[in-house]
Amino acid sequence: MSIANTAHSVVEPSLNTRRLAGSLVVLYAVITMIPLVWIVLTSFKSPDDAISYPPKIVFTPSLEGYCNLFTTRSRQTPEFIRTLGPPQGLCDDIARSRNMVVAGPSNYVPRFVNSLIIAFGSTVLAVALGTLSAYGFSRFRVPLKDDLLFFILSTRMMPPIAVAIPIYLMYRTIGLSDTRLGMILLYTSVNVSLAVWLLKGFIDEIPREYEEAAMIDGYTRFQAFVKVVLPQATTGIAATAIFCLIFAWNEYAFAVLLTSGNAQTAPPFIPIIIGEGGQDWPAVAAGTTLFLVPIVVFTVLLRKHLLRGITFGAVRK
Amino acid sequence: MNDLSASSRITYGAVPLQPGLARRVRGLSDKALAWLFITPTIVLLLAINIFPLVWTIYLSFTNYRANRSNAPVKWLGIDWYQTILTDPDIWAAMQVTAHFVFWTVVIETVLGFGLAFLIDKKFRGHGMWTTIILLPMMLSPAVVGNFWTFLYQPQIGLFNYMVAFLTGRSASSFQMLGDVTLSPWAIVIVDAWMWTPYVMLICLAGLRSIPDYIYEAAEVDRASKWRQFWSITLPMALPFIMLAVLFRGIENFKMFDMVNLLTGGGPGSTTEVASITLKRAAFESWRTGYSSAFAIILFVTVFGLANIYVKALNRVKSR
Repeated sequence: MSIANTAHSVVEPSLNTRRLAGSLVVLYAVITMIPLVWIVLTSFKSPDDAISYPPKIVFTPSLEGYCNLFTTRSRQTPEFIRTLGPPQGLCDDIARSRNMVVAGPSNYVPRFVNSLIIAFGSTVLAVALGTLSAYGFSRFRVPLKDDLLFFILSTRMMPPIAVAIPIYLMYRTIGLSDTRLGMILLYTSVNVSLAVWLLKGFIDEIPREYEEAAMIDGYTRFQAFVKVVLPQATTGIAATAIFCLIFAWNEYAFAVLLTSGNAQTAPPFIPIIIGEGGQDWPAVAAGTTLFLVPIVVFTVLLRKHLLRGITFGAVRK
Repeated sequence: MNDLSASSRITYGAVPLQPGLARRVRGLSDKALAWLFITPTIVLLLAINIFPLVWTIYLSFTNYRANRSNAPVKWLGIDWYQTILTDPDIWAAMQVTAHFVFWTVVIETVLGFGLAFLIDKKFRGHGMWTTIILLPMMLSPAVVGNFWTFLYQPQIGLFNYMVAFLTGRSASSFQMLGDVTLSPWAIVIVDAWMWTPYVMLICLAGLRSIPDYIYEAAEVDRASKWRQFWSITLPMALPFIMLAVLFRGIENFKMFDMVNLLTGGGPGSTTEVASITLKRAAFESWRTGYSSAFAIILFVTVFGLANIYVKALNRVKSR
């Protein structure tokens, strides 16, 4: 961003040019946002409002979508419902207005928990392995260094489906299929390439003199790594962690091919929420909206590192 | 480095090291440490990427079927490769894939570069708008595929409503996901929506890397803005544009999630990209040997094209 801060010069565009550029970009941003805003709105609609035509922009907000996402319901006769006591919470209240009662939590909760465990587990592993390797590649003379780094990168060129077949067979043989551990290891292997490349860039920027000074003071190389380099690399490690987290959180192809119930994450689950009379769009929208929230927060946090992260550190700002 | 106080010098954690042990830890040479640091990653990649790849190569020469794992495995040699490379359906899928890659990359590059060019003009609030534009590419393809399916619904979807509103057609008269001519474009639109920001970000980095003095010199020489664009901006941003094209090209060649969610390859096989064909062969018909051979062909194709392209990229960079 340094060039943006240089003093006013002859190449600074005129005010009119800037205004025109600004309006065009804002126009694009608004068009981009329409689908996102629409899905958030839909998550707060009642099923009838969600499928009304023409599409409703003004509507009475409802939490039915979120309730349907988190609960399963069973149909009852109005007579039976009248014999029940007061509704058990908001979702039960909504369900009763449709002649149903809440029967229990939906499968979304365990899927969501799986997403959390797998995403965080693989992130911690990938960042740990990545930090060590990145330091190794950054500071030591490693034979075939360029080849090894390229090898690490090239593992990302495989179509996920191509690796999924043998991984499926391998996991079946060693008992890892449809387990969280299996998915953690798989996502770690996908993420570690990104982690090594990104972190190598960050560690390259820490002057070697710091560790050398520490080692002259009597630290071993390993102590210097832990006490001098790691603290310096905190920002880079955090950014890398968030990128790994976002990938594991968003991943769909492996999840849909390699898991069936036990270890399934939330992304393959959201598309199949079926309500009475077809797809339950408010519930789908609710699942989607909940999934968007952490990503929006992370995007804002990551602004500065975004470019590095998506290009494996090949381009720096 | 004041925090490295003298008292903590030869302690490791809280326990002071015995002189001999200290020597041994210090004696762990840099070379040993380097391997200690790098090996876990390499081992993991060998176990979860390379071993499966080698296994795929082996399977591609056999008639193995994953759903009949007890059946005797017969060695077939290159039979599958011959079958696949002479199968018109496979070539059709490759053509569909090539179309997707071509159109998404073209649209994303033009739009992405255009946006980057505009954002580079540093209007008020450009930082905030840039962040907003970047949001779609951070989302899960599953989530994106989902809500675009909703937007594309002919009776209730917002997309159809807006197109109908703008063109005066009736909203239920066209089905983005069910029509043989429209469905490929339905996927291109979503991909462009999601990934244009990606190209934009890389192009923006390219534009920001052009030093101001070059433009100042051009101003002095009275080069027109148009001329400056063609002789300075575009050539200097070209390596970045090419990098974006490379990354998008590889990703879209592998495209699976979006297609699987939006159309599942249909209607007919109009959106059946290679990954979908592969998924069907591998996980629906369980022709493991056959699909392994196809997977290898795809991998070699991506890898080969990417390598050729990287060579071209390096030539542009070194100019």
